[in-house]
Amino acid sequence: MIKPNTSLQFGILFCLAPLAMATISFFWQPFDITELNISNRLKSVSLTHPFGTDHFGRDMLTMIMVGARTSIAVAFVAVGIGVLIGVPLGLFAATCRGSIIDDGVMRFNDLVFAFPSLVIAILITAIAGPSAFNAIIAIGIFNIPVFARISRGAALSLWQRDFILSAQVAGKTGFRISIEHILPNLMHILIVQATIQFSLGILAEAGLSYIGLGAQPPTPSWGRMLADAQTMVSLSPRLAIVPGIAIIFTVLGLNLLGDGLRDALDPRLRGSIKK
Amino acid sequence: MINYFFRRLFTFVLSLALASIVIFSLVEIAPGDPASFMLGINAQADTIAALRAELGLDQPKLSRYLAWISGMLTGDFGISYTYRTNVTEMVGDRLWVSLPLAIYALFLSTVIAIPTGVYAAAKRGKTGDFTVISATQIGIAIPNFWFAIILVGIFAIKLQWFSAGGFSGWQNGMLNGITSLTLPALALALPQAAILSRIMRSALIETLGEDYIRTARAKGLSSWQTIWGHALRNALIPVLTIIGLQFSFLLAGAIIIEQVFYLPGLGRLVFQAITQRDLIVVESVVMLLVFAVILVNFIVDIAYMLVDPRLRQDSI
Repeated sequence: MIKPNTSLQFGILFCLAPLAMATISFFWQPFDITELNISNRLKSVSLTHPFGTDHFGRDMLTMIMVGARTSIAVAFVAVGIGVLIGVPLGLFAATCRGSIIDDGVMRFNDLVFAFPSLVIAILITAIAGPSAFNAIIAIGIFNIPVFARISRGAALSLWQRDFILSAQVAGKTGFRISIEHILPNLMHILIVQATIQFSLGILAEAGLSYIGLGAQPPTPSWGRMLADAQTMVSLSPRLAIVPGIAIIFTVLGLNLLGDGLRDALDPRLRGSIKK
Repeated sequence: MINYFFRRLFTFVLSLALASIVIFSLVEIAPGDPASFMLGINAQADTIAALRAELGLDQPKLSRYLAWISGMLTGDFGISYTYRTNVTEMVGDRLWVSLPLAIYALFLSTVIAIPTGVYAAAKRGKTGDFTVISATQIGIAIPNFWFAIILVGIFAIKLQWFSAGGFSGWQNGMLNGITSLTLPALALALPQAAILSRIMRSALIETLGEDYIRTARAKGLSSWQTIWGHALRNALIPVLTIIGLQFSFLLAGAIIIEQVFYLPGLGRLVFQAITQRDLIVVESVVMLLVFAVILVNFIVDIAYMLVDPRLRQDSI
């Protein structure tokens, strides 16, 4: 059913690396990062420390592994918020299309889109206090209109189709049609969008952590590592390069995965492949 | 057409009104009383009460909201709690950093994106196209603040061509100002350029598939002549839309970059005001940024209507 393509293969490969690192870190970590060992600080790349050590003597590889957990968890839950609230909202708006409810939902979407997301995310985390949880909420809120808009748009065109008409003739309610017929046909669009929002979530989490509004120390996070590295760029550029590459690698992987999935899952393309 | 304009104008005003209510409520529920924050932990209760009265914080919420809105409409943003100066003046000063920075970044992003996008579209499917596409994929994945740190490391610390941060001000000459904004603008521009380049490419590829392009080619024009004389102008419409939207993003999205370079811009002002519980500054600057975004969206929609005759019919 899914035809593999280059983007998809590279995407999966790139995404597996941070995912594996995060998973392994739950069971095994090369070094203990809660322990500071100043005499061991700023050690460069070696066999014992493949990415070297930071200004507190902590192993960078372990920091990246545990930091991957934070990034992935924050972005994943933020996407979850967007899907769980946005998709039902979009489907509901499409079911009562043309009505005042539909109009209201869409205007609400436009309004959220108009807000400079970063400023509001900073405002939210500043109000509720900086933490990974509040960063999730701040990023998640802006995922809601994205999923609402995309699922409404796609659902609207589905509602015009004959198989939906026959379901209506069979006496199914709008709610049942949305769940049983519309939603399964939206899946491919939603999966691709979720991948894109996931990558944006990783970037947003890194940004919030960088200015100190994301995960709090001692929880390692890629953004925080960059913030710590900034003052030491002249002394040890490696401290900034390593977490930066981790972020770029993950975001690139997710974007490639999104592109690859779009090509692989698009029903129109799939039809042409069969022919 | 008139009908569409007024409907769009109505949603524009409605969005602004709703946005102001959301911002006001968000700031209202923020914990921490500005008066006790300003006076410190040893302040007497009656001193705090007096300051609250002076700042107008003891007024009912509705009348404070209305006072804030009517003030903003007349260009009076109130008095900052922390700095005791006029917020309008503070915003004015900061705009002289944020606005040139956004324009500079937008300029760089456009200058990079349009030629690369056109080149990729012209070489569609060939090595040149693949190179541009790969470069834009990486460009989109780079966090702009990380790129900023790397730029500082190379051009400020190693080569010492630029200063690592701060803003020398425009009074020391245009060149000085532009020099201190170069690295931040470059850091902001790179991811934007990657996005814009992809949009330029796909818009041009779509235009190149049109019938009138085939006609132009059949007349004997070369492929570059066709792109330059016929396709580019039409393909630029979606690109201009994105440029418009990027401008408002750059104005509001520069917070982190302003932190990296210690630039006294609007974003840094909001960030500091949030941590200092300077609610009036937070409200006013966030509202101003939201206003800029909504205004740009409105202008883009109206410009579309003027450019595209199909949108002028009242049925739409």
